[in-house]
Amino acid sequence: MLQQRNPQLNSNGELIHLLSIEGLPSAVIHQILDTAGTFLSVNDREVKKVPLLRGKSVFNLFFENSTRTRTTFEIAAKRLSADVVNLDIARSSAAKGESLLDTIANLSAMHADMFVVRHSESGAPYLIAKHCAPHVHVVNAGDGRHAHPTQGLLDMYTIRHYKQDFTNLTVAVVGDIVHSRVARSDIHALTTLGVPEIRAVGPKTLVPGDLKEMGVRVCHDMAEGIRGADVIIMLRLQNERMSGAMLPSAGEFFKNYGLTPEKLALAKPDCIVMHPGPINRGVEIDSAVADGRQSVILPQVTFGIAVRMAVMSTIAGNNA
Amino acid sequence: MTVNQLDAEALYAQLLAGVRPLVRPDTALVGVWSGGAWLAERLQRDLGLEGEHGVISSALHRDDFSQRGMSSADPTRLPFTVDGRPILLIDDVLYTGRTTRAVINELFDFGRPASVTLAVLVDRGGRELPIEPAFTAARIEVAPDDRVRLARDAAGRFSFDIQEGD
Repeated sequence: MLQQRNPQLNSNGELIHLLSIEGLPSAVIHQILDTAGTFLSVNDREVKKVPLLRGKSVFNLFFENSTRTRTTFEIAAKRLSADVVNLDIARSSAAKGESLLDTIANLSAMHADMFVVRHSESGAPYLIAKHCAPHVHVVNAGDGRHAHPTQGLLDMYTIRHYKQDFTNLTVAVVGDIVHSRVARSDIHALTTLGVPEIRAVGPKTLVPGDLKEMGVRVCHDMAEGIRGADVIIMLRLQNERMSGAMLPSAGEFFKNYGLTPEKLALAKPDCIVMHPGPINRGVEIDSAVADGRQSVILPQVTFGIAVRMAVMSTIAGNNA
Repeated sequence: MTVNQLDAEALYAQLLAGVRPLVRPDTALVGVWSGGAWLAERLQRDLGLEGEHGVISSALHRDDFSQRGMSSADPTRLPFTVDGRPILLIDDVLYTGRTTRAVINELFDFGRPASVTLAVLVDRGGRELPIEPAFTAARIEVAPDDRVRLARDAAGRFSFDIQEGD
């Protein structure tokens, strides 16, 4: 039987779209991380711009709001010399009833070379990648609960930067795993890169037992989950979850799963603390930890631009 | 000279003698990744220059990016101020001149050098851009599709790695 090709890769196995970390070979991930290292040093130059995407148009299509992610993609594209067009779709054509594919067809007629897509529906970036012209590249900037691959890659870059090797690490992902596309992308990446112990930590309502199928150890007890960890990835507790029956209250969550200096002391002394942002101080993370010496939350943001430059230049340089 | 007669170590000695008159007290050596960087590292030592040599990569300015995609190379590392410095670029094999063009653009992203001079170990002809080195240790003749690269063994000795084209 013919194996169906991963839609992100061309027939030579090169990355042409970034839709999900699931199914990406470890060599492709490492190549992106290596390239990101090159781009990180561009910040130290007098000219903080390289001409790789000169003459190309990158369209940021945000069907769901996200100022931060959109801004980092915009900075990354501009540092690569691309022209950037930001479309706040939530407030324009979609509201007038235009279908997703009609929107894409129209923007393609405006000579787009790359779409950076954020959408509340899982799979929307796949649909776009399937229907766009062969020279057009698609980057998933977060789709529903499914994936947030550039966040996953920047998290991997951060871990590699501080820990060098993945194959001897214990990584704890803490919080609302079930609704988190970041957690999903991180877990796929950590698995592919050979992390031997991945723990998913949180209450039963947010960390269901069937996550074990993803190869993680499920811990409903915070102390058990972070003891001896090399890396702790805290997730943002989304306020909208609080209104449902998922959680008793923010205060209760902080008491049990909020990362405080006392709880962090259970992890290894050189454990790093990560968070995709924006952080909720006093809900999932204590200020003393967020601003403390083990926090790498702000370096994550800096690395994120270099990683997004690496993703865009890698896919733009490979032909379908 | 044909490629089979090439003695990389003997040519290195000629390169060392040839670049000596090109070096001023404030000259910074910059080697083109990867072979040129090895040459610059050794020249820095053998010329008794202070400080560290620079390494420059063509990856971010290549003109074949849309055909060949991102090329993997160590990132550019210039451990000195480029502004106002005479720069001596070192490369192992000069061919079309396109890599030289790309690394000159890369260099100018770091500042405005006083001058840029090029010295190479071997020149295989076939130039597609108006670039000429100030010193060449040897001119060689090879088929257009053949690949000629400098190699370095564990002891730091140079040789040539030659792959015949299809």
